[in-house]
Amino acid sequence: MFDPGAPYRCSPQVSLRPEPFGALVYHFGTRKLSFLKTLPLVAVVKGLESHPDVHSAIEAAGVEEAQRPAYLKALAGLAASGTIEPR
Amino acid sequence: MKLVDHFQYGLNSPICLTWELTYACNLSCAHCLSSSGRRDPRELTTAEAKAVIDELQRMQVFYINIGGGEPTVRPDFWELLDYSIAHNVGVKFSTNGLKIDKQRAAQLAATDYVDIQISLDGATPEVNDYVRGPGSYDMAIRALENLAEAGFQQPKISVVMTRQNVDQLDEFKAIADKYGAQLRITRLRPSGRGADVWDELHPLPSQQKQMYDWLVDRGDQVLTGDSFFHLSAFGEALPGLNLCGAGRVVCLIDPVGDVYACPFAIHENFLAGNVRSPGGFQEVWENSELFTELRQPQTGGACSGCQHYDSCQGGCMAAKFFTGLPLDGPDPECVRGFGEQALAARGDDHVVPKSEVDHSRTKIGKNTPVLLQLSMGRPDRACETSPLAGMGASQSDSGLRVPVAGS
Ligand code: SF4
Ligand code: SF4
Repeated sequence: MFDPGAPYRCSPQVSLRPEPFGALVYHFGTRKLSFLKTLPLVAVVKGLESHPDVHSAIEAAGVEEAQRPAYLKALAGLAASGTIEPR
Repeated sequence: MKLVDHFQYGLNSPICLTWELTYACNLSCAHCLSSSGRRDPRELTTAEAKAVIDELQRMQVFYINIGGGEPTVRPDFWELLDYSIAHNVGVKFSTNGLKIDKQRAAQLAATDYVDIQISLDGATPEVNDYVRGPGSYDMAIRALENLAEAGFQQPKISVVMTRQNVDQLDEFKAIADKYGAQLRITRLRPSGRGADVWDELHPLPSQQKQMYDWLVDRGDQVLTGDSFFHLSAFGEALPGLNLCGAGRVVCLIDPVGDVYACPFAIHENFLAGNVRSPGGFQEVWENSELFTELRQPQTGGACSGCQHYDSCQGGCMAAKFFTGLPLDGPDPECVRGFGEQALAARGDDHVVPKSEVDHSRTKIGKNTPVLLQLSMGRPDRACETSPLAGMGASQSDSGLRVPVAGS
């Protein structure tokens, strides 16, 4: 279960490729391609490792408060696909 | 913006990169998209191919589709496969099954990051061998058996849809299930030798609808790449890549290092550059005139008033080009019938663009498909004695099914 109060990180099996819209995500374990469709979402995913929990990574990336639910939903999806994982 | 809208302006690196390693092929398929058969003496050397892989790694191209020709006839094929995987560039390779014996199958089953795609264009030997040549059905099935026996997970079976095999869709699915494989179906495009047989083999309008209905039912179980987005004009968008990604997310590196906008567009009009030139592949991808032009906003031309333009977008550029239709008009297989009208309006003396790049073998061999043996006798084809070779017309798309994160 995705817990935004807990510490997470981008999976070591994942590579992020910068793209104009955000990033392309490749998971070397599942061999699946996916996309981070905004630049702040890329910042959140990259920042997870250096923050005590998901919430503070979202804040540090400058995500507007009104957008938080959408970001949490996207991050829950990323956790489900193994792109990000608890640490 | 929707993701496909971003795609239209091009990505920093391709996501559907096809690399044809050789024009040599043991078969002579009637519809070969790359007119393969004979090796080209200018093909990239092992060292040059490795340099390309290094570059792809730097550009974070995470996987590539390798085809040909029959890529496994290159003596350094297995070496390049290992090199690529070791450099974080995963490989899916297309083969007619030639070299997939028990030993190879076991070795492949033990390798990570490799995917295999076996070409099969009929669910029965009759239908398959008619276009791919005698013995090719058995060769493909033997490869599938060997892979299944070795425990290789989920190879792909790649089928080019023709007038003769649309009715076999369920049978193809059954074959895939039997060997633990995943079915991939693609569109027959009039590219390479495909141009010679397109009139005879491309699915009829009623069969286009039949494929659409089948995909609506089963589309989540099969891969289609970018093959059928023109069919979305029948109703709903189908799973897969719903745009023409040529030069934007798709490209081809051919055996001599030429970079084309798409594997189905081997023609000087779609040639962007060569990996041997200064700056290599990256320079071509980022700065070539052709790719820059393809990344400009497209106008729908004659299609722009169509209510389906959003999903269909006028269909496949290569299909239009090689049937002599304008690139900004309807696809030759437009589901509203405008393509047929446009084809009919070309007039009797029309000439369709023909590629200068042709490595077809010129002699009839034991693997020559029946189809071309017959058609070679026709006086109107006398100048095109292009028997054969090749992989099915099918490695263009990446079989892309992208879970999309974020919104
Ligand atoms: S030209 Fe056709 S085959 Fe090539 S990328 Fe476009 S739609 Fe796909
Ligand atoms: S008119 Fe153009 S956009 Fe409309 S269905 Fe035909 S090809 Fe597609």
